[in-house]
Parts: sequence; structure tokens; C-alpha cells
Amino acid sequence: MPKKSDTARKLDDVGIEIDGDVESAEEDKKTKGRGAKKPAAGKRGKAAASEDGEDEDEDDEPPKGRRAANKKKAAQADEEDSDDDIPQRRCAGNRRRGKVRESGRDGENEKSGRKSRKGGNKKKDGKGKGKDKENDKDSDKDEKKKKNSSGDDSKSDEEEESMSEGEMAKLMEEVEEKKKLIANIRNKPWRMRRRLKVLKEAQQFVDKFEGALGKGKGRKLYAYKVMMMKVLMGLPYGSIPRKTVPRDEQATAMDYSVLMDFNGYCKYSVLFYGYYNNQRTIGLLKFRLPLSYLLVGIGTFGYSLMVVIRTMAKNADVGGGDGEDNEFTFAWKMFTSWDYLIGNAETADNKYASITTSFKESIVDEQENQKDENIHLRRFLRVLANFLITCTLGGSGYLIYFVVKRSQEFANMDNLSWYEKNELEIIMSLLGLVGPMLFETIAELEEYHPRIALKWQLGRIFALFLGNLYTFLLALFDEVNSKLEEEDSIKNASIWFVKEYYANYSANNPNDTGTPPPIDPADIIRGPCWETTVGIEFVKLTISDIQVTYLTILIGDFLRALIVRFLNYCWCWDLEAGWPSYGEFDISGNVLGLVFNQGMIWMGAFYAPGLLGINVLRLLTSMYYQCWAVMACNVPHERVFKASKSNNFYMGLLLLILFLSLLPVVYTIMSLPPSFDCGPFSGKERMFDVIMETIDLDLPAFMGTLFGYVANPGLIIPAVLLMVLAIYYLNSVSEAYKNANMELKKKMQMARDEEKNRRNNKDSTNQVMKDLEDLLPNRAHAPPENRAEKKHDQGGKSPKVKPGTAGGGVHLQKDVSLASANPSARGPVTRAPGPRGPGPLPGQPGPGRGQGPPPRRQ
Amino acid sequence: MGNKQTIFTDEQLDAYQVRDSLVCIFTFFLHCSLHGRYHELAPHLVPMDYTNDPDVKVPLALIVNMPELKENPFRNRIVESFSEDGQGNLSFNDFVDMFSVLSEMAPRELKAIYAFKIYDFNVDNYICKEDLEKTLNRLTKEELTPEEVNLVCEKAIEEADLDGDNKLSFADFENMISRAPDFLR
Repeated sequence: MPKKSDTARKLDDVGIEIDGDVESAEEDKKTKGRGAKKPAAGKRGKAAASEDGEDEDEDDEPPKGRRAANKKKAAQADEEDSDDDIPQRRCAGNRRRGKVRESGRDGENEKSGRKSRKGGNKKKDGKGKGKDKENDKDSDKDEKKKKNSSGDDSKSDEEEESMSEGEMAKLMEEVEEKKKLIANIRNKPWRMRRRLKVLKEAQQFVDKFEGALGKGKGRKLYAYKVMMMKVLMGLPYGSIPRKTVPRDEQATAMDYSVLMDFNGYCKYSVLFYGYYNNQRTIGLLKFRLPLSYLLVGIGTFGYSLMVVIRTMAKNADVGGGDGEDNEFTFAWKMFTSWDYLIGNAETADNKYASITTSFKESIVDEQENQKDENIHLRRFLRVLANFLITCTLGGSGYLIYFVVKRSQEFANMDNLSWYEKNELEIIMSLLGLVGPMLFETIAELEEYHPRIALKWQLGRIFALFLGNLYTFLLALFDEVNSKLEEEDSIKNASIWFVKEYYANYSANNPNDTGTPPPIDPADIIRGPCWETTVGIEFVKLTISDIQVTYLTILIGDFLRALIVRFLNYCWCWDLEAGWPSYGEFDISGNVLGLVFNQGMIWMGAFYAPGLLGINVLRLLTSMYYQCWAVMACNVPHERVFKASKSNNFYMGLLLLILFLSLLPVVYTIMSLPPSFDCGPFSGKERMFDVIMETIDLDLPAFMGTLFGYVANPGLIIPAVLLMVLAIYYLNSVSEAYKNANMELKKKMQMARDEEKNRRNNKDSTNQVMKDLEDLLPNRAHAPPENRAEKKHDQGGKSPKVKPGTAGGGVHLQKDVSLASANPSARGPVTRAPGPRGPGPLPGQPGPGRGQGPPPRRQ
Repeated sequence: MGNKQTIFTDEQLDAYQVRDSLVCIFTFFLHCSLHGRYHELAPHLVPMDYTNDPDVKVPLALIVNMPELKENPFRNRIVESFSEDGQGNLSFNDFVDMFSVLSEMAPRELKAIYAFKIYDFNVDNYICKEDLEKTLNRLTKEELTPEEVNLVCEKAIEEADLDGDNKLSFADFENMISRAPDFLR
């Protein structure tokens, strides 16, 4: 059997040649006796028997290369491998083994047990002896290894490799054997109970591994599943301490209340940072989990930044052309606001409402433009309002800081009430509810234009949210710092605990020379893992936010709508039109909520990757839920003021919060030491060391030097300077373009005014002409409609090509008006009648009528 | 429709500006379905067989109830401006006309002309203040106060009126509407 021969080889390494040899020889015989079912395996066995070195080459080619790379670890690695063959008792979950492997060992053990049962022959003795000695060695090594428990990457690689080749074949063989056993268990001279037991075990074994190894249908799927799991998550739950619930928490780990606090099983699940292993590469594909964890964390920010800025630029493009000051506000609203595709009565109602609002908005705009009041009073009120709001913001910040501090005290106490446990979340949600209302009331003082007022309001709410979030974060980092201090002692305790465990073991069982069983991962002393703590706080915050939002909608909108709708039949006043009315849908508030939520995702996703999933679910459900709520129980906001035409206001907020959420994450990556026993960066000084490591180990050497140069301050500072200069240049260019744009706009406006004036003049002369025409005998009978049409025709033409019938006086006046083709064209227009006075035609239409006919007759 | 083939003669279909066969098929189906719609409006009035150009008109009251128009505040005006007699009775040709202009593919200029017609309530070829008031009241379901309506109308005229006659001619209207970003109908 190949595995055994491996053992032999390893024994050779450790220096126990004879036993190993004997065993492998025996194994060889055994395989042959069985009919050499597996030629490959048999051959390997033989090879092992004859020449160990060769076998090693043949067996583990890739690992060997690696071994050559870091020779130091080679010996250890080998020992690690030989651990595999330590039988019995280790099943509970060796630190570095996947389940497959574990139970593979189980099976092996079983088999050896059975062998002994069957014959009780010498083989077992020999084997046992060999193993005992081997175990002696191992126990020492094990301890050593535990000391530097972190960061032995090559070891894990080794395992992966050896698993694939030798173990597969062995497992396959075992499965076959079990099957055979099942087939002829009836013939065995055993008692029934034992028979049943063996049968059950065998069947379980076959079920488990047939899919993985045998010819079973599920093989591919199984292999794929295992591979994906291995690739993405590393080892499964329960395999190593960071993925296992500690012993003293296990009793309550599945309790609902514990799970709702994201402790217990949740805390040690994929949701949080701590779950991920620091194994450098996983599987055949050499998936570098720590590196990708870091890169994804940073890449998310980079990508988001790019998207936000691109969107803003696009919005500025679209919105810039016909920005706030277009010429046709009312006319466009009048003629183009109806959507001709609307075919639904309810939608139509909404559209009516929104059009009405937009008209009202424009009217208010217009009125605001003309309003002028006591400026001193207003200034005073505004200052007062801002003062009040600053106080509110500061107060809320302090409140949150206070509560966070309190919650840290609570964390060390038992028997907390529900409120005390959730105080922080409750307070934050309440602030989020009360703050905006307060601001709205205060904003009444300011008497801003509604659109500006809305912007102020949004900005203030945003500041409130952000202030709260940051206070919360700062308080959290206080906690993190204290945990970091605590961590050192725990780390020592943890190492000491492991040592003591082995010491105790050998003291308690002086006769047992074997390796003590590995500590159950649940028993190892665990550090506080501050990253997971931070992640849990964020997830809790998100969850409480979801609850508050949903409950607010359910009570504030739905219940209110129900009451208003159905109590209206038996109430003293009209509930629908009067006081409670239906809830208004607050677009800006909701968008702000989304923005804020996005900020939390950005901030929290690094510590709790599961936050993304939670938020996807939350956004999906809340979309439908809010859609329903809006359609069913809300009315449009009475005063919808869009914050800006081109949503850049919100985008700006998003950019701000993105930047602000970038800060703490980058701070942790760059300057906080990661926890020593959890998360993908454990064992490193700083999180970004992963990148250095990759450059050192995976990239060619010159790349390393290249990066070294790039990271040199001598290069970075000029680069930053260059970027600043580029920004300055681009900024001034865009400024210049903006100016040119303004200039052009002004010119267009001028041209338009001019044209208007010209037409006005023409119109007045037209009036004169009309009067003249009225007096004409042949034209007097013409239907008025005709005349109108004629005038319309002339509208497009230049005034110069007037029909000659108009007479010299008209011409004269026109020339005057044409001469004044400058922006102050209005002057000459009013003056225009002047020069006409002395002429044959007075400028006024009134007198014109009297004197009209003469020029006509000329 | 079992009798699809006999609703129109080939020449009739040709007359609806059909050139090549692909377009022919498209128009054919368009007309069939349009005719179906037309027929649905007044089954007792519209014959299924259209080969001999019957002179049938569907009154306004029936057309306005089409789902496409039912919620439109200007439905009566739309139908009226597309009818040849100005009373809102649509022949099948008018009906097709209406759909083609209101369809997505119609050119903007055409749409502008018909939009002008629609908003010109008193059919004097100008949009005057009364027209605007009517438009506004329909758009807002008369939620605005008379002063507000007055203000809005004055503002709109002031903005769009180029020749200073206090009403909007088609040239004014087109000038204004062709720059509107929302004018996509």
C-alpha cells in the first residue's frame, strides 16, 4: 500500500529504518496476496521497499521543488506528513486536515483494527512497534510545531499534494474492500451485534467516499464541490481553532438569542473576518486567499471610487448643458411634462400630483426671486439655527460616545437586560429618527428657498449620520486598542496552554510513549480577534437599521394608512385631508438612507465579508417592500424639491462617505497588527505584508526590486507632485471652458433679446401696417384669419423685406431700430417713435390711423 | 382574425406608403392589428371587410376610452386634432394617422405640429393665454389657484413668445419645444 510505503520513507527520514522496511515489505506482500488489484499502488509499494529516495521523487514531484526552495522547513514538512499515519484517536480534528482526509484516516484505522480482529497476526505487532517509535519522535515535533503555529505555508502545500496521489488510491482500495465486506458479511463467524456494527460502519464509509473516489456518479460533482470549497474557503468549519466555537461557548452557541447577537456559530462562520485561514495557497490552483482578501478589500474601494466619479462626470455633462437657468422653464413644464405612455389610472394620478408639485416649485422659485425682506433678522435667525443644529450634532455625537463606552462596560458584565444589550443600536436608530425631525423644525427658522433648504437639511442629516458613525467607530477603535493589548497576554497563554497540555499528557501517561492526541480545536485558548468584533458591530448595526426601517414603514405608514382610511368613516373630521393624513414618501430621506447604508457596507465589508450578502438581501427585499408601501399607503410629498437636477448632490455625498469609510479600513490595513490567531493575515506584522510576501515569493526577483524602487519615497513624492500639478492644470482648463461657456450663453441670450426686440419693432410697425390695410378699400373685406396668416408668414422674414406697401415712413423707423443692434437694444425701441414724429407717420398707432392713408396712396 | 386577408385590398395597403415586401408585411400586420383595435372600438359601426372603402367614422366618445388615451388629460384634444372634421370623429385613416404620429418612430417635426394642434384648444392657430390656462388646469387637475395659473401662463408666454404678440405662434412653439429635453413623444 502506498501510504504505508510513504510511512517507510518517512521513517527513513526520521531514522527508523528497520521497522519501516519490515512493514512496507509486509504491506507489499499483502497487496500481492490480495491479487494486486491496484497495480500502481503495488508498484509503488515495491519501489518503496527497494529504494526510498526514488519513491519520493516519483511520488511528490512538485512539493519537492518547493522543498528545495525552503530547505529549512523540509524536515518539518516530512514529519507533518508522517503524522498522517499516526493511527487512532486523532480523528477529532487535526489542525490542518480537511474532513476527507480525516475520515480517510478513520477508515484506515478501522481497517487496521479489523485486520487485528481478523487474524491478530504479527503484522500488527510490527506495525505497532514502528508506530510507537515514530510517535515518540512526533510528540516532540508536535510541540515544536505548535510554537510556531502560524505561517508555515509549505507544510500545508505538502499535504495538499500528498493527498491527491497516494491517498486517493488508498481510499479507493478501502472502499472496494468495504464493499466486499458488505457483500460477504453474512459468511463471517461473528455475533450479530458485531456484524451489524461493522456493516453499518462499512456502509457509512462506502457512502461517504464512493462519490469522492470511486466510480460513483457523483464523483465529478463531489470533486468539484470539494475543490470549490477548498479553493474559496480553505478548510471547513471545525477543522482549526479559528473555525470552531470554543468549548465554553458551545453549550449556548446555537441559542437563538446568541445567534441574534451574531455570537456563537455566527461568529465563527464565513460571515466574519476571523473565519478565514492564513494558509498562503489553497489547493492545486494555489488560490492565495490572504492576498485576494486584501486585494478585494482594496479593489472594492478603487472600483467604487471610479464608478462614483465617472457617474458624477457623466451627470455633469448631461446636466451642465441645460442647467438651472434655462429659458423655457414654464413653457417646457407646460407642454412636455405629461408622459403620453401613461395608461394606468393610479400612475396618472401620481403624474398629476407630481406635475402640480413641479409647477408649485417653479412658482415658489419665481416668487423667491422677487422677494426681499429684512435681511438682518434673517441673518440672525440663520445663525441661530446653525448654532442649534451644531449643538444637536455635538450632543448626538457625545451621546453615542457615552453609550459606546457604557456598552464596553456592559460587555464585561453578565445578566444584562435586553435593553442594556442593545442600547447602542437603539440609541443610534432613535437618533436617526429624531434628528431629522428636529432639523426640519429648526430649518423653519431659516426661511431658505425650499431647494436650498432641502440641501441644507440633507447635509445636516448626513452630518448627523456620519458623526454618529464616526463616533461609534472611534469608540470601537478604543475597544480595539484595548483588545490589542489584551491579545499579547492571551497569545502567551495560548502557547503555554498547548505546551502544558503535552507536558501533562506525558506526565499522566508515563507508559504511553505515543503522541498525545492533538488538542480539540475547541479547547485552544483564543485571542479576542478584534476584526471579527468590529465586523459583528457593523452587522448588528445593519440589522438594527433594517429592523427600524421596516418597522417604521409598517407602523408609520401602513398602520397609519389603515387608520386613516377606515376610521375615516366614523370620525369627527376628515382624516384623509386633515391632520393625520397619509404618510408622505420622503424621497430625499430614502436616498440618503441608501447612501449611508452604502457607506456602512464599504466600511464593514472588510471585517465582515458576509455583510455584502446581508445587504444584497436587504436591498432586494426593501425594494419590493418599499415599493408596496409607497403604492399602498403613501402620498407624494407635498413639496417635492429635487435636490438638484443632475443627482450630483447625492453623488457628492456618496463620494464623501466613500472617502470617509476608506479611512478606517486603510488605517487598519496599514497600521494595526492583525490578530494572531484569526483571519487571513494572522501571524503577520501588518496586513499589507501579504503583498510583500507575494512579491518576494511568487514574482520573479527583478519585480521585487522594481517594486522596491517604486515604493521609494524619492519616486513617490515627485509622482504626487506631478499629480497635483496635473489636477491644477486640468482644473484651470475646465475653469476656462466654463468661462467660455458662460460667455457663449450670454451671447446667445443677447442674440435672443435682440431678435425679440426686432420682432417687437416689426410687430409694432406691423400693427401700423394692419391699420393701414384696414383702411384700404380692397383689403378691408379680407377675412381676419387671412391677415393673421399673412402676418405669421412674415414673422420668419427679416424686417427689411417688408412689402413695399408699407411706405417710406415705416422704412425709416425700421432702419433706426436696426441700427441699434447692440445689447441695450431696448433703449432705441422706446426711442423709436421719436424720430417718427417728424416723419409723415407718427409712431403711435392711434395717430397713425388718422394719417395712415396718405403714404399708402403715394 | 380568420378573415385577415380580406380586410384590405392590396392596393389599399400599397397606398399606406408601402414599398418593399418586408415593410409590406410589417404594415400589413400593423394595419390588421390597428384595424382590429379600430373594430373593437365600435363593433357595430366598423365592418370587418374594408376592401370597398366604407365611409365609417367612430365618434370621439368611443375613441377616448381606449386604454392608451383613457388617462390622458388631453385625450379629447388629441382625437379632435386628428379628426378631419375637427369634431373628433375618426375615420380609419385618421385613426392610423393618430397612431403613426403618436408612435415612437414619427419625426419630431411632425410631432411638434400635432402637439401644437393639440394644445391649441380654440383652433385659431395660436396658443393664447386661454389655451394655456386650459392646458395647465388639465395637467394639474385644477389644483393651482387662479393667481398661480395666471402667473404660470404669463411666465410661459413671456419665455416662449418671440414676436411679442402675447400668444404663441407655431414658430414660437416649435422653437421652444425643439429645445426641450423631454420632448421625446
